[in-house]
Amino acid sequence: HHVRTCYNTRTKKSCLSCSSLLEKQYVGFATLPNQVHRKSVKKGFDFTLMVAGESGMGKSTLVNSLFLTDLYKDRKLLNAEERINQTVEIIKHTVDIEEKGVKLKLTIVDTPGFGDAVNNNECWKPITDYIDQQFEQYFRDESGLNRKNIQDNRVHCCLYFIPPFGHGLRPVDVEFMKALHEKVNIIPLIAKADCLTPNEIKKLKDRIREEIDRFGIKVYQFPECDSDEDEEFKQLDKELKVTFSGRTRVKIKTTARGQRVRGRLYPWGIVEVENQSHCDFVKLRNMLIRSHMHDLKDVTCDVHYENYRAQCIQEMTSKLAQDNRMESPIPILPLSTPDVDTEKLIKMKDEELKRMQEMLNKMQQQMHDKDQ
Amino acid sequence: MASSDVARQPDKGVRPLNLAGHVGFDSLPDQLVNKSIYQGFCFNILCIGETGIGKSTLMDTLFNTNFENFESSHFEPQVKLRAQTYDLQESNVRLRLTVVNTVGFGDQMNKQESYQPVVDYIDRQFESYLQEELKIKRSLHNYHDSRVHACLYFISPSGHSLKSLDLVTMKKLDSKVNIIPVIAKADTISKSELHKFKIKIMSELVSNGVQIYQFPLDDETVAKVNTTMNGHLPFAVVGSTEEVSVGNKMVKARQYPWGVVQVENENHCDFVKLREMLICVNMEDLREQTHTRHYELYRRCKLEEMGFKDTDPECKPVSLQQTYEAKRQEFLLELQRREDEMRQMFVQRVKEKEAELKDAERELQSRFEQLKRLHADEKAQLEEKKRLLDEDQSSFSKRRAAAQLLQAQSLTANGKKDKDRKNSGFM
Repeated sequence: HHVRTCYNTRTKKSCLSCSSLLEKQYVGFATLPNQVHRKSVKKGFDFTLMVAGESGMGKSTLVNSLFLTDLYKDRKLLNAEERINQTVEIIKHTVDIEEKGVKLKLTIVDTPGFGDAVNNNECWKPITDYIDQQFEQYFRDESGLNRKNIQDNRVHCCLYFIPPFGHGLRPVDVEFMKALHEKVNIIPLIAKADCLTPNEIKKLKDRIREEIDRFGIKVYQFPECDSDEDEEFKQLDKELKVTFSGRTRVKIKTTARGQRVRGRLYPWGIVEVENQSHCDFVKLRNMLIRSHMHDLKDVTCDVHYENYRAQCIQEMTSKLAQDNRMESPIPILPLSTPDVDTEKLIKMKDEELKRMQEMLNKMQQQMHDKDQ
Repeated sequence: MASSDVARQPDKGVRPLNLAGHVGFDSLPDQLVNKSIYQGFCFNILCIGETGIGKSTLMDTLFNTNFENFESSHFEPQVKLRAQTYDLQESNVRLRLTVVNTVGFGDQMNKQESYQPVVDYIDRQFESYLQEELKIKRSLHNYHDSRVHACLYFISPSGHSLKSLDLVTMKKLDSKVNIIPVIAKADTISKSELHKFKIKIMSELVSNGVQIYQFPLDDETVAKVNTTMNGHLPFAVVGSTEEVSVGNKMVKARQYPWGVVQVENENHCDFVKLREMLICVNMEDLREQTHTRHYELYRRCKLEEMGFKDTDPECKPVSLQQTYEAKRQEFLLELQRREDEMRQMFVQRVKEKEAELKDAERELQSRFEQLKRLHADEKAQLEEKKRLLDEDQSSFSKRRAAAQLLQAQSLTANGKKDKDRKNSGFM
């Protein structure tokens, strides 16, 4: 039933005034996207972004540049001595930002201390614990009786900063990504890429991509573009399937042409943050914020969280099975097939009951007979 | 490596920040919209009304199509529901529409249970969603949502008031579904009668505490139009799929000898208002209300029935592990208690039976004794009798013996006499 209607996909408005002039074909549910749009703007959005990497990789600067704001006022940086036994902390910054009527509650999860200490064995543990805690919290809230105001603190995306000074991934990078790739969407970045020439960058990217494949690390895959999108966009998409290189510094400089740009001033020139031939910052921003922010949330909810939940439930039900059909503290479907031990126990108890019943019956019969 | 478990938040609360330029997250609603369009939409309408009141025709008119309809008979023994699903498309928007009609509503002699099949149907859809939500491996984003989003209740155009069946049914449904009452076949009511009728209906609903769906007023963009429309409830509708030429156009209408009732003429009926409210403006809100209010209520009641509570006695949020352990202890204790109870009961019953049996035994024993005595007595008596009999017999036999002897003697004596005579004779 393909119906003609006066729905303008550009202005996203349904032309209600001319609908009565329009022929009998008009129904009106083509306004549904509009209704969804309206409601989502009213409700507002939220997003949690985690940044991980050694100190001095430029994480805070990148976040500030991405969101064009200063999240890290009054930050205290530790010196080397203080960092020998540095433990990994988890620090959350939450801010409300608004743009053209769209409200976003943005949470940046910082992981200072990661990879800084001398012994970094399992330094990702506090991070995976944090992610799991958020999942667990959401699971409890979702399973509760009153679900009116559930806060979603789950981590939607993790930007991982790889230093550009080596030849590719280091053990700590591999270990970190392997520990997290099934819990959160990982986007690996090559940090401080303005110390590499374009050729060196290409080599490093290829090397890293290959190592990621080899180690079986699952990074966030940008979903295929719609056929509507530009060819050029598709091309970009293929290039940045794996890594970005980012370079940012919140300083506004003037170029030789007299423009004001964000960039880093060197004696040999200005590295412009938003110049696509200088670095992939624009690509990163576009992908992360302008086109795939919602998809990152969806993948977190539909894949990572569901995996966590399924695992959690399975652990619980296996414990329940050992305890003979105990009631679950969280509403889940009852086990359809109890395991062998439970079956045996059930059988035993049943037989015992049967025997007792038989004895009673016999006695009754005896009584009855004697009466005769 | 030791680590701090708790996430610190250096800022107290959430602070608003100003942006120094265009970041670009204003596209978030569009990202969401694109995803919805890609997935397609889904909407489920339930129509309740008496047989022949115009439910199917109204649906056809609303959605500009001919759903497969059958005329139902008035002689259905029970109310049933018939659901049909269709895939519609308008411009680039795909809609999976499910229309559920009642069959035989209002026809039975005894209508006390008429509402039950409807309530059961609505609950079944909630239950099915709940089951999916509780599964271990679930796919909620792919799930075909069959929960009823809107319920059009068709009121007979009597012109006076609601029927008692209407009140009873709507009262049972108002906490389960968004009810939108409509006055059916409104072309039988004149404008002034209609006005009074609407007021009467609304006041009856209010005084009986029936909560019908109110078009939402929280969003400024639509608050104004929704407020106006709320004042026109219930909508008086006329449905028709036939076309009549009016002026130089073909319009959906009903042709009478005295004139033409045009469906889409706002002077003639409220069809356009219904379409506007139900489809163009509030469809998404209807779905949202169903999910966040009606479904949540159903879920909460169901889970409470199953025995789940939200917080432990001290009202502190408890970790999963602790809750599990607590429940486990509780369960084991309960199990132990029940086992003990059963054991005690069994022991008790055994004792009782034993006692009964002992009594019976004693009784039997005494009866046995009694019988034995009787028997002994009788035996003694019999023995006595026997003895007497024996005595008799022996005395009798003695007498007989004596008699025989006498006889024998007398015979021999006679014989002797004879012999003597004989002997003497010869001499």
